[in-house]
Amino acid sequence: MSLVNFTTREITCKIVYYGPGRSGKTSNLHYIYGRVPEARRGRMVSLATQTDRTLFFDFLPIDLGSISGFTTRFQLYTVPGQVYYNATRRLVLQGADGVVFVADSQGRQLDENLESLQNLHANLLDQGVDVRAMPLVLQYNKQDLPKELILTPAEMDDALNFRAVPGFSADALHGTGVFESLKGISELVLKKLAQGAPA
Amino acid sequence: MTAALNPKFSFDSYVVGAANRLAVTAGRTVAENPGSAYNPLFIYSGSGLGKTHLLMAIGHAAKKVAPGLSVEYLTLDEYVEAFHAAIAAGQGDTFRRRFQSVDMLLVDDVQFLTNRKEMQSELLRLTEGLQAAGHQVVLASDRPPAEIADLDERLISRFSGGLVVDMGIPDYETRVAILRKKAEERATSFQSGVLETVANVEFANVRELMGALNRLIAFQAVNDAPITEAAARQVLGLAPPADNSAEPTATPAPAPDEFSNFLSDVTATVGRAVEAWRARVSEAILRWEGEGFRTKRLEALLAQETPGAVDQVISGFVKDVERLKVLAAEVQMLDPQAAGDSVFRDPERLDEAEKVAVRVREGAAPPPAPSAAFPFDTFAEGPSNEKELAVIREVTTTPGKKYNPLVLVGASGLGKTHLLNAIGLELAGKARAVVACLSTQAFIDEVIAAIEGDRVDWWRARYRRVTALLLDDVHLLAGKDRTQEELFNLFNVLQDKDRQLVFTCPAAPNTLEGLEERIQSRLAGGLVVTLVEPDRVVRRAVLERTLGKVEASLLDYLADRPATSIRAMMAEVQRVKDVADAQSQPLTAGLARVVLEGEVAPRRRTSGFRTSGIVVSSAGGVRSREKMVWDWPVPADRMIEDLR
Repeated sequence: MSLVNFTTREITCKIVYYGPGRSGKTSNLHYIYGRVPEARRGRMVSLATQTDRTLFFDFLPIDLGSISGFTTRFQLYTVPGQVYYNATRRLVLQGADGVVFVADSQGRQLDENLESLQNLHANLLDQGVDVRAMPLVLQYNKQDLPKELILTPAEMDDALNFRAVPGFSADALHGTGVFESLKGISELVLKKLAQGAPA
Repeated sequence: MTAALNPKFSFDSYVVGAANRLAVTAGRTVAENPGSAYNPLFIYSGSGLGKTHLLMAIGHAAKKVAPGLSVEYLTLDEYVEAFHAAIAAGQGDTFRRRFQSVDMLLVDDVQFLTNRKEMQSELLRLTEGLQAAGHQVVLASDRPPAEIADLDERLISRFSGGLVVDMGIPDYETRVAILRKKAEERATSFQSGVLETVANVEFANVRELMGALNRLIAFQAVNDAPITEAAARQVLGLAPPADNSAEPTATPAPAPDEFSNFLSDVTATVGRAVEAWRARVSEAILRWEGEGFRTKRLEALLAQETPGAVDQVISGFVKDVERLKVLAAEVQMLDPQAAGDSVFRDPERLDEAEKVAVRVREGAAPPPAPSAAFPFDTFAEGPSNEKELAVIREVTTTPGKKYNPLVLVGASGLGKTHLLNAIGLELAGKARAVVACLSTQAFIDEVIAAIEGDRVDWWRARYRRVTALLLDDVHLLAGKDRTQEELFNLFNVLQDKDRQLVFTCPAAPNTLEGLEERIQSRLAGGLVVTLVEPDRVVRRAVLERTLGKVEASLLDYLADRPATSIRAMMAEVQRVKDVADAQSQPLTAGLARVVLEGEVAPRRRTSGFRTSGIVVSSAGGVRSREKMVWDWPVPADRMIEDLR
């Protein structure tokens, strides 16, 4: 997708929240939805089961208004985390400008985190996207859980952050680290713009 | 004559902030490596922002590094005044020499060059000389070179050729630092917050800031009590601070929500990203302005809200600038005066620059070329000249390197002109060669025409671009003082550039009368090749070439005859040919012998056809006009007459 359109003076960023099932991707979007003034947000499209599991994807458009003469929009997507929805994940991932990988900090979820991260790399590779060039941040969610259940952000970094990308400690349900992660990915995406390469 | 460096103005007392850091760093570098780092260094800033201080600090620092260094600081007005005084006293040359020997020249207030054409040329010459000698030049002005009105483009280019740096208004932190330093220098202390109050005021320059400090120091001294922050405000006529500390606000301002924070962060990031093109444009403007080019097209880009096709505009601009550079360099060679035209610095006027270049090109006819009638291979070689020709061939192989100048000496008719043109043709065959080959008389005529047409600069440029200069009969310069001077200067320029010089003259250069000694010595300083009488081999070769297919005995006979020169030999050949033509006889050795050894004097009939001495009478019979018979030169006619 075209990140910056100088003719129509528009900036559009597509940011995808990726991660294993139940890691808190939709929680991120819900929290953001709750903080964005009504006038600024579009309708949040969420296709979920009755047990609140994302079946298809969440979509939250945010209009940041005119920035430096450019109409700036962020489109936030989540992917279904379950392994068997890979086709949907690939579809959502298409044309992404940046990815927030939401990892579940519970120690027992480490394998799922790794598997999902590998799945992200594989899907990007399939789409011919250089993984190293894709703006990516890691969010270590559920850091509010009892210490004995979770890995610390440093341990999560050791386990998942092979590329030394920005990592954020988070509690998406209560909002800790949600906007920090969004800001982190926005900066990376926009930095690519400053370098003159459309993301 | 020049102002001494004020000891107070050193780097130690110079407060460095974001606004002047680059200029100070450049200044320090120049002081530590005069002549090699940035030369010239051009510093500009608004009034009162520390240019003079910085200039003098550079001078002090340079002297500290090398105490023997001769450093001159002066303002442009002082320079102008000194120059006028020197000219009035007839000491112009002494004045120039004095400044040419300075190791570091610091000139302040260069903006006053506006409308001073004469001083501009003087300063141009001076900076060129100093730079060429590796001496440092530092200039200060209140505006960049390109904005100094009516400044010669060459001067703009020269000033911009080193490093152009500006100094802005100091920021708050720098203002506090300056105030603290100055208060310390004045051994005055203030209550905390007083100097910060002064620093909060955005004075237009440091001088005004110092004025405010002076008022506070005076106030404190008079009242004999420390001045308070409020009193300081009153003294400086500042409005009281906004009432934000008197009572704490009942309810603190609500913390901005997370989305607002995010939005403002993203706004800043987008701003930086989107505005990256502005940075690129500004960078390009700085660069090309620094090189002395007008940047109107790029400045117009900055006025746009969105970048449009920034990169295309910049690359188009760069392309135009490169073309201007090429044109300017070409015109500089052909007509240095025209090269100073502002069109060569303005990419918006590229079309005009092209037209100027065309005009200059049309006016710059190439200097006379060697004649194609004298190729080298038709110059006959023999024992009498083979060594000389070998040397000459070396000159044509490595022009300007080995024997420069080459002077061909010899009597008239020995082939000097032929050889000169032959050398010229050989040199002209080389890549990008521009060979001037002409008679000295033509050279003199050109100088006169150039003086008459007020185009001496153009004429000089025309000859200075030649790759070889060949002058025939250089002795004709005798008594032509102006032409000798021009040749002297041209000689030096060309020789410095390893361009080949070849001259011919009838006698050794140092024996030529009427030639200035400096020219004689320069000619004699090269290789003088003396041409002697042609030997038999040479003579025979010339005869063969001239006469074509004739009997060998004729060639041998003619070649065997002694000749002082080829021209003398050819005169004899011409005599024989005339007789042969007159008598309709073939050229033979016998005829030549008869003609040249006096058996038959060559006679020419005055009319174009032979008339018979026989007259046919209308009454019949033939009557001879016998009286005329023996005058008839043709034996056949005489025989007819005898038989009758």
